Amino acid sequence: MTMLNALAAISILYVFFLFAVAFFAERAARRGRGNWLHTPIIYTLSLSIYCTAWTFYGAVGSAARNGFEYLTIYLGPSLVLIGWWWVLRKLVRIGRSQRITSVADLISSRYGKSNLLGVGVTLLAVVGTTPYIALQLQSVVLSVEVFSGAPDGMANNQPTALWVAVGLAIFTVIFGTRNLDANERHHGVVMAIAVEAIVKLAALLAVGIFVVWGISGGVGPVLDRIDASALGRWEVQGGRWAGLLFLSAAAFLCLPRMFQVMVVENDNDAQLRMAAWAFPLYLMLMSLFILPIAVVGLDVLPEGSNPDLFVLTVPLAFGQDGLAMLSFLGGFSSATSMVIVAAIALSTMVSNHIVMPLWLRFNETRVSVSGDVRNVVLVSRRVSIAGVLALGYLYYAQSGGGAALATIGLVAFTGVAQVLPALLGGIFWRGATRAGAFAGLTVGFLVWLYTLYLPSFGSGAFVPESWLETGPFGVMWLNPQALFGITGIDPLLHAVLWSFFLNTIAFFGVSLASFPSPLERLQGAQFVNVQQATGPRSWSQSGAQAEDLMVMAQRILGAADAQALFLREARRQGLDGHLPMTSPEFLEVLERELAGSVGAATAHAMIGQIVGGMSISVADLMAVADETAQMMETSARLEAQSRELTRTAAQLRAANDKLTRLSVQKDAFLSQISHELRTPMTSIRAFSEILRDTDGITREEQNRYASIIHDEAIRLTRLLDDLLDLSVLENGQVSLNIGQGVLSDVLDRAVAAALAHGDEQVLMIHRHRSREEVILNTDTERLSQVFINLIANARKYCDAGRPELSIHVEQIAGSVNVDFVDNGSGVAPEAQDVIFEKFARVSDQKAGGAGLGLAICRQIVSRLGGEISYLPGRGGAAFRVSLPLNQALAAQ
Amino acid sequence: MAGHVLLIEDEPNIIEAIRFILSREGWRVDTHSNGVDAADVVRAKSPDVLILDVMLPGRSGYDILRDLRGAPDTEELPVLMLTARGQNKDREMAERAGASRFMTKPFSNAEVLDAVRSLTVTS
Repeated sequence: MTMLNALAAISILYVFFLFAVAFFAERAARRGRGNWLHTPIIYTLSLSIYCTAWTFYGAVGSAARNGFEYLTIYLGPSLVLIGWWWVLRKLVRIGRSQRITSVADLISSRYGKSNLLGVGVTLLAVVGTTPYIALQLQSVVLSVEVFSGAPDGMANNQPTALWVAVGLAIFTVIFGTRNLDANERHHGVVMAIAVEAIVKLAALLAVGIFVVWGISGGVGPVLDRIDASALGRWEVQGGRWAGLLFLSAAAFLCLPRMFQVMVVENDNDAQLRMAAWAFPLYLMLMSLFILPIAVVGLDVLPEGSNPDLFVLTVPLAFGQDGLAMLSFLGGFSSATSMVIVAAIALSTMVSNHIVMPLWLRFNETRVSVSGDVRNVVLVSRRVSIAGVLALGYLYYAQSGGGAALATIGLVAFTGVAQVLPALLGGIFWRGATRAGAFAGLTVGFLVWLYTLYLPSFGSGAFVPESWLETGPFGVMWLNPQALFGITGIDPLLHAVLWSFFLNTIAFFGVSLASFPSPLERLQGAQFVNVQQATGPRSWSQSGAQAEDLMVMAQRILGAADAQALFLREARRQGLDGHLPMTSPEFLEVLERELAGSVGAATAHAMIGQIVGGMSISVADLMAVADETAQMMETSARLEAQSRELTRTAAQLRAANDKLTRLSVQKDAFLSQISHELRTPMTSIRAFSEILRDTDGITREEQNRYASIIHDEAIRLTRLLDDLLDLSVLENGQVSLNIGQGVLSDVLDRAVAAALAHGDEQVLMIHRHRSREEVILNTDTERLSQVFINLIANARKYCDAGRPELSIHVEQIAGSVNVDFVDNGSGVAPEAQDVIFEKFARVSDQKAGGAGLGLAICRQIVSRLGGEISYLPGRGGAAFRVSLPLNQALAAQ
Repeated sequence: MAGHVLLIEDEPNIIEAIRFILSREGWRVDTHSNGVDAADVVRAKSPDVLILDVMLPGRSGYDILRDLRGAPDTEELPVLMLTARGQNKDREMAERAGASRFMTKPFSNAEVLDAVRSLTVTS
């Protein structure tokens, strides 16, 4: 019992020592005197959390059972560090530049900030790590039991495990969540772990030296003993060893706690450069005496002793209590350091990917105050830490410790390592997509669950015994331990092979088949082409920042406004006449001001770049791009509206012009009609007054004046007829009397009618009757009207000494042209354009027409589906009437 | 008492009617029916009264009148304008061009006589 008390006292002292180390390291870091904390040796030692209590105690046990196999657990990480250090370098650079906080964060961030992936990886990590934490608790309990001498009295040990769990929770909460460093570094914890690394190495080496020189009497005799023992035989089990090697290498990269110390806590490339050779050395030292201890333990201790505890029991058996105590502290260190870092890593994941998203979703309106969120994050971290440890403790209590727990280590390794394809693919292959990562993780996880995790609880626990023998429901190829009929290999190797194979296939297949979103593309590029730059620049001179901010603000707000803002803020800070301090309040005010001009995202990114000296994150860029896109869209919309308005204005102007023109035309038309009506009426009135009022007028005069009155009355009537005709043709419904007729008949009638009044000059008409035998399907009356008009015009206006008119008929491609050409001087070129307009009388008034004839002709021909035109350059006046032949008419 | 009237008009029947009315009262009536050289004819004949139609072939009555009012020897010539268009606009244009009297067709014979008489009296 005294032994146990001493043990308790020493343990407590040791724990206080660790507290002190962590506390001073933390304080030194906070006061900026922590440069030594960034030294590569500390980083290298912190990597030693890879060696947990399972390694510390269990390696000897493993050696006692399986010979050299334990070496694979040490060789895996060594191979990664030596052969793959460039992979690690890329990983830590990405971690630094992207401010990655956990492996879940890395995966989520790389694949377009998918929180679904974050949650998935987090759950995988929790499932894979919880048994491991339980294992650490068990190791502490077992080692305490060794000292208490009680044989495997489990009931008594529950309190020990509980107290250890509680103590670790307190330590982790204190040093793991002291502050919310943006880069999630924990100098105190790392320092304590480095110390523990030394303790466990020293303990193991001390036990080893004691065994070799104290018990066996030197190196030679030990080698003899090993040779004599069955363990010394180099029985290489190629497949299993390769599988274990791969597994430990993968776990070294993927385990949450390893990621925490290796990537998140990393400061610079130099740390990694040293770790690349120093950590393999550390592992070598750790493994150096494993086999001797196992062999000697098997030799000297009674049959049936637990080989997992040889590190403790061998010194005790030889009365070396002090050495045993040191060894206990080594194991204790291994267990606690692993639990602390695992709890920090897991709590970060749980808090960032599960708790915070939920909290934010339910408290969207309350996020405005930044301190608020900060407190929530801290509380959520602390609760998560407690939760993780509680889970570990419960797992331990439920499983009852024992052998079941010891085998779970490799099983958990395999589960967590399912992240590997998505992780490596994500940082080396830009084509990797979120869907691919999700598919790979899901497939890997399910296969692992089915082939390894569930069967590991023993047949019958979750997986029915029959399944392991004949497959589920008798389907042999679905046997969890012999998928697709592949039998005869180690179950662990079988599960590793299948889970990674299918995981990788799914990852690549789905990645190739799916298209990444723009954010994924950007993130992928950032991760794959991570810059060679090392670490973020540091801005410490607030003066320089304020100046830069001033320059930027002037550019955006204008010089006067920016200066006024800075003066006002400086005065508020009590720094009248100086530039204001870049306090959070000031930055908030400035950001708000800038946001009004350039948008919130842009403002945030600009200030962030100057003050934080940080690179603009992809999310910032995306937000900026969104804003820009919105602005461009608005601008485009405004431009379109402006164009539309311009077009409408032009249309309105055109319409107005047209109305004005129409109004002018209407006035001119009315004026013309007035003139055409009043002129004959003037003659009529004048002569009728003469006849009425004049005495002694001669009989001839009477006759002459009466006939003038008569002619003018007829002229008036004709004018009104023409006007009505034109009005109907232009606007109204014209009923055409369509019938068959021969062109020559129509022309005969027209010539006869046009030449009927003998009081005008004689007109010679030339015709080619043979060509006129064209059958027309038209309104022959209307057509005749057109011809009469044209012939009468020739008769009236042809100014040749002997007026002649040629009527020429020609059929061309479905139409017939009837040309009327006289031998006069023709229509003046400037008048040719207007002769078809109303009242377009061009010659002097000798013929007395109102100028409506050709306008009427044009309307009629157009109704008949043809056209009338003036043919210039044909000697005299030349008109062509062109009519369609044998086809439907355009007229109503 | 009667004098010399020059009538510039292109409608033959109207020319004949006015010539008849004025001749019977003792006026000597000369006529011309083209607008283009009308101003020259006026200067050549230097009538006591000018009767001027607006719608003339070649040149409008307004233009001819403006031309006459710009020359010293025809500045004061009494001019009676005739138009068949009869809108207010035409009356205004006639006044602005410098017409002494303005008449819309159709007119009564007595009106024409009165107008010619009054124009010679005032001058």
